[in-house]
Amino acid sequence: MARTDVQLMLDVKAGDEQSFELLLRKYRTPLVNFLYRMVRNSAAAEDLAQEVFLRVYRARQEYAPSAKFTTWMFRIATNLALNSVRDNRHRQMEISIDQTGDNGEDEQPAMEVPDRTPTVEQELVARSRAELIMKAIHALPEKQRAAVLLHKFQEMDYDEIARVLECSESALKSLLFRAYETLRVELAPFVNNSARV
Amino acid sequence: MFGTSEKDKNGGKPCAAMENKLVEYLDGRARPAERRAVEEHLAGCAACNTRAEEFRALWISLDDLPEIVPSREFDASMRARIAAEPARRSFWDWMPSPRFAFAITALVVLSVWLSSGPRVVQSPSEMNQAIQANKISTEKDFGMIQDLPELENYDVISKFDALSELPGPPTTSTEDLKKETR
Repeated sequence: MARTDVQLMLDVKAGDEQSFELLLRKYRTPLVNFLYRMVRNSAAAEDLAQEVFLRVYRARQEYAPSAKFTTWMFRIATNLALNSVRDNRHRQMEISIDQTGDNGEDEQPAMEVPDRTPTVEQELVARSRAELIMKAIHALPEKQRAAVLLHKFQEMDYDEIARVLECSESALKSLLFRAYETLRVELAPFVNNSARV
Repeated sequence: MFGTSEKDKNGGKPCAAMENKLVEYLDGRARPAERRAVEEHLAGCAACNTRAEEFRALWISLDDLPEIVPSREFDASMRARIAAEPARRSFWDWMPSPRFAFAITALVVLSVWLSSGPRVVQSPSEMNQAIQANKISTEKDFGMIQDLPELENYDVISKFDALSELPGPPTTSTEDLKKETR
């Protein structure tokens, strides 16, 4: 029977390094994606993800299962990402996804678009679409961006996201509504086409 | 960037009642009572109905966002960082070395032994005798101090017989002095 995240973390607390390895394998991809969409830089996202895991590891002895493991982990990740964005530390070494579309040079080694488009033209369309969506998400205020990423991509519960963002559930729902409303306007061409189908 | 897709009846502004309910309704997490309330509202409000449809379409579009895969170096780098973490010290690590513990113990035993050595226990009568002896000694000393003005009196000292028996001061001639200086 598979152990829960809390059980794995308690085993790490008891000195089982293998359990930490399991948590690392389970959450490295969601965490790197969340952080990439927050800071929009793959190298910075990986660096921040490692910092999150390192903080989880360092805090293993003090870990108390008062909340879900993911809530705790994404709270650390969100705080690190918000600090990183605010400090503007990673902006200078940022390799923008929209630059790759403009000059045709793929400078995102970690960016892997699933191979659903057999032709080059379709691939370019998909890439261009992804660029616009990323740009719209990144244009959101930081807290709205984090809320959308945790809600849409991590599929976390409202109470979990509210804990991560340190706000009430009511405030979170309002935050999400405003964020999706902004995205609806910004991504109107995609939204209209899909809505009419 | 692209503007609104469709002109809402209420000028593009969302109905206030929907702000905290629409997202929860669309992702299927609304309670039955709230779901019914939203459905009733959407049936009578074209603007909110359009918005709900476009939110659904937006979420489908967001799914097109590609996932990135952590680089191959991620795990190796992570393991290296974990390995570089200082090992947590257990309770026994905080215990001192046997040699140091022996030295501390020996010091404590020695200090206890010295402080608990044999003491002279005096009976009350012995203590009274000691106090009396101390008192007599003090009175003698005080008596000497009382005689001090007599001792400082020149007439008394000059007529003191014992002093007259002392030999006179040595006399040296000037010639002897000259010899000494040479």
